[in-house]
Amino acid sequence: MLFKRRKRHERELFKVRKKRRRRSHQSRGGLMVRNTEQENGVFKTRMFICIVMTVLMAAVLFANLYYLQIVSYEDYSTRSNENRIRVLPVVPQRGIIYDRNHVVLADNRPVYHLVLFPHKDYSTQETIEKLSELLDLRLSERDIKNMVYLARTRNRFNGVEIAEALSDQQISTFAVNRHHYPNVQIAASLKRFYPFANIATHAIGYVSRINQQDVEQLTEEGKIDNYEGSLAIGKLGIEKYYEDLLHGTTGSREVEVDSHGRVIRTLNYHPPKPGRDLTLTLDIRLQYYAQELLGNMRGAIAAIEPSTGELLAFYSNPSYDPNLFVRGIRSSEYSKLLNHPGRPLINRVTQGGYAPASTVKPLLTIMGLNEGLITTTSTYFGGPAFMLPGSTHRFRDWRSWGHGWLDIYRAIELSADTYFYDLAYRAGIDRIHEYLDLFGFGRSTGVDIHEESLGVNPSRDWKMRRFNERWHLGDTVPIGIGQGYWTTTLLQLVKAHCMVANKGQEVTPHLLKFAQDPLTPDEPPAPYEDKLKDTLFPVKDQSYWDVSRAGMYLVVNGPEGTGRRAFYGAKYKAAGKSGTAQIVSIKQGQKYDASKLKVEHRDNALFVAFAPFVHPRILVGIILENEGGGSAKAAPLARKMIDKYLLDLYPDGYMGEKEPVQMKFGLGGTVMVQ
Amino acid sequence: MLLTDEKTRQDLNELGRQPASIFMRWHIDLPLVLGLMMTLFLSLIVLYSASGQHPEMLVRQIMRTGAAFFVMIAVAQLPPRFYGKAAVYLYIAGLVMLVMVELFGDISKGAQRWLDLGFMRIQPSEIFKVVMPLVISAFLARGSLPPRFISVVAAFIIILVPMGLVLIQPDLGTAGLIGISGFIAIFIAGMSLWWLAAGGLAAAAAIPVMWNYVLHDYQKQRVLTLIDPESDPLGAGYHIIQSKIAIGSGGLFGKGWLQGSQSQLDFLPEPHTDFIFAVLAEELGLIGFIILMVIYGYIILRCVIISFQAHTPFEKILSASYTFTFACYIFINIGMVSGILPVVGVPLPMISYGGTSMITLAVGFGIIMSIHTHKRTLTFRQ
Repeated sequence: MLFKRRKRHERELFKVRKKRRRRSHQSRGGLMVRNTEQENGVFKTRMFICIVMTVLMAAVLFANLYYLQIVSYEDYSTRSNENRIRVLPVVPQRGIIYDRNHVVLADNRPVYHLVLFPHKDYSTQETIEKLSELLDLRLSERDIKNMVYLARTRNRFNGVEIAEALSDQQISTFAVNRHHYPNVQIAASLKRFYPFANIATHAIGYVSRINQQDVEQLTEEGKIDNYEGSLAIGKLGIEKYYEDLLHGTTGSREVEVDSHGRVIRTLNYHPPKPGRDLTLTLDIRLQYYAQELLGNMRGAIAAIEPSTGELLAFYSNPSYDPNLFVRGIRSSEYSKLLNHPGRPLINRVTQGGYAPASTVKPLLTIMGLNEGLITTTSTYFGGPAFMLPGSTHRFRDWRSWGHGWLDIYRAIELSADTYFYDLAYRAGIDRIHEYLDLFGFGRSTGVDIHEESLGVNPSRDWKMRRFNERWHLGDTVPIGIGQGYWTTTLLQLVKAHCMVANKGQEVTPHLLKFAQDPLTPDEPPAPYEDKLKDTLFPVKDQSYWDVSRAGMYLVVNGPEGTGRRAFYGAKYKAAGKSGTAQIVSIKQGQKYDASKLKVEHRDNALFVAFAPFVHPRILVGIILENEGGGSAKAAPLARKMIDKYLLDLYPDGYMGEKEPVQMKFGLGGTVMVQ
Repeated sequence: MLLTDEKTRQDLNELGRQPASIFMRWHIDLPLVLGLMMTLFLSLIVLYSASGQHPEMLVRQIMRTGAAFFVMIAVAQLPPRFYGKAAVYLYIAGLVMLVMVELFGDISKGAQRWLDLGFMRIQPSEIFKVVMPLVISAFLARGSLPPRFISVVAAFIIILVPMGLVLIQPDLGTAGLIGISGFIAIFIAGMSLWWLAAGGLAAAAAIPVMWNYVLHDYQKQRVLTLIDPESDPLGAGYHIIQSKIAIGSGGLFGKGWLQGSQSQLDFLPEPHTDFIFAVLAEELGLIGFIILMVIYGYIILRCVIISFQAHTPFEKILSASYTFTFACYIFINIGMVSGILPVVGVPLPMISYGGTSMITLAVGFGIIMSIHTHKRTLTFRQ
């Protein structure tokens, strides 16, 4: 057996040798034997080279790993953490806005959005298109293109909002199909909601999406970091004015995310500080009532507590629904608002510039008394018209046959125009300008909303600047009855009348009552600080105020008072002043006839009233555009507002003195006033 | 050999007859098997983390490993001579399969690589990783060494035919590996260094041609992103950047097993296959890399020793070329994962998850063991 095997082996060896010999013979001519030594030598050299190469490769790998893991460790470690850890902003809850009775005027409600986190493995466009079809989102080609662009350019881990404010049905449809869309999530956020819709829009304003302009402004003010993650910002009214209080401080959440942007866990949480809850001075019931009263009329009602400057009602008609702006107003809706004939976007309380008309007569009375131009006993004969010396232009009285002999009380009661033409003529524009400035005309009222126009307090300079013309004597005369170049906002008028009602005490009309930090509900809230507190209107004698107030008392209570019909039978003693502002001048010798004039050229009706007389609790200012006479149209509304407030809403408050109060009236007479 | 002393001669006779040990009898090289076991142990540790702690994956890997060991031992049972004779048939069969892949192959990831034989799916290009060194060694060892110019040219043709077929699949990585394994065999056989230099120059000249006519767009992209991965951080460069971040953030000691944020949070591409090294480097740090290198170094060293001890030129060339091909795999994988080589889709030998590459390697190691265990300790020649 063994032998056999060996033999076979030898035979094989032989065979191989034979073959080799043959080949060697052919190739190298006689070299028969394979050179094992040489072959081994070559093999060794080559092995050596290969081993060196292998060691070299290992060295290269080691050097590279050493560079990555030791030299650049810090760098890569940071980048690894940047990959892994996201700091997500936590948007603070915006402060809630209440009315003075803690009725919610602006609330936050949860809404659900669809957010896509772009990922390499899924086509963004396809996903959006599929979702649009699934949830009936009605995205246009351009919307989709825009989203795809955002998805590409945005930071990898920031989602792109595909749809906002999903309906319950959409949410459930998505929930069922969500496994098809691993990189799409539903995110919840709080959105502003105004439950009273258009009732208090002009006061509260609204929040809306932060736009480029807001970003620039916030950057300039250095507040942009606090708005990380915030979607909305106050755009108008209280929401804008008290943005800093309402917004709060943004918190942060450090989270670990995976490569899809999915949050794995929270590492660190810094809670946000919620915004302050604001309580306003408004009474939503009064606000509602004002809307009811105004109905279809264009105009505004402002009600204020004269002693404090707290605005009880602040309503401009027509109004609009601020919730449209929160949601993001569509251009068709917006153009509808813009083109509405009633111009609802204008805030008629603070932005409408109106001629104040006769409502300013009690104010000019203060000027006349303080400057010694009139006294309580001086008299004036009120004819049908006033003429400047050497002129034939007739400044007509509203009553074509005049009023006869007038003292200051009767002049206010009857709203005698000629008396005040004369007063204005004698005072001159410079003095009038000075006093109007003291009453706050042509200046900001300091109210806590930004949408305010200043009106015009006319002066020589102003006319020069405005029209590049000299001031004429004829320009001064109509100022005496609140016409001519003089325009004012309703709020300015109300503010000036507050001084009369307060006997010289100035107040700033305002909407904020106090701001409360919701985290510390037990601490006393920060109340509104009135900068004008303890500021008195400079008069030589405090009794001048009594003259103006007495005149206004007579307007409502006197036998000839213009407002007596409206306030007939009131359970309290009120005072007021009517005003009827001409929009177009009536030609000399012609009569005013409303039916012949275009609607927008008809008179504006104004009325200012306060009650109770001695210590007023409410002062109401009303302007009705193109509605006609102030005593006929505006006075009844003022009566109703005051009735509502004093008798219906707060019937237990002060209603006037129990004992009769002695007051001076007329040409030295005294009357007992209840 | 001079055997003067009778006693020594007798001793040597004893030695020659005596089967060395039970392992030798079963044709198993214990040191090599131990080295491979160590890599597999390391593989299971890293894989458990890389797979997101899925035990099923481990079970499957263990089963594949078992199969691979079985194949390796089975391969080792046959003598090297058999493989030398079978080389040419294996080569032709491989070529046929490559052509069949081209005609009926399955398409996956944009390339035709798989051949469905009904009972199993095979990757014919993978076969050539084993066959190429075999056929080159067999071919060159037939003549005297160092080989003559004409033999070298013929050897290169033998290499280029399957390489070309794999390239048009297209699978640049595997084609490259096949080329490298064949080239190593030629180099070890003793190809003249002058020709090598000339060939190197020719290859350099061929690069622009390859770039314009042979490479696919995605392959060009891979090469471009290799040069500057940061230029396309969200596109093609993303994988390599994330992989480098994983490695770099591991530091000296690593983030700890199962603690790697890059691998656990899905930032790494294919963390259990091609990019498994990044998981190892992130979680076990530079220390883990060194441990891996020591194990690999040990395996290579053992194979180098076997190559030196091999008796015939065919065996020497064959075992040496398997050894250094193995070293090249390691270098290419780690180099690509750590950002110094293009991403070509080469798994980390013995560590990456996946059966095909493991079987291929097992066959290679099986042949090496066969070479080592089928030697005659002594030949008597007076």
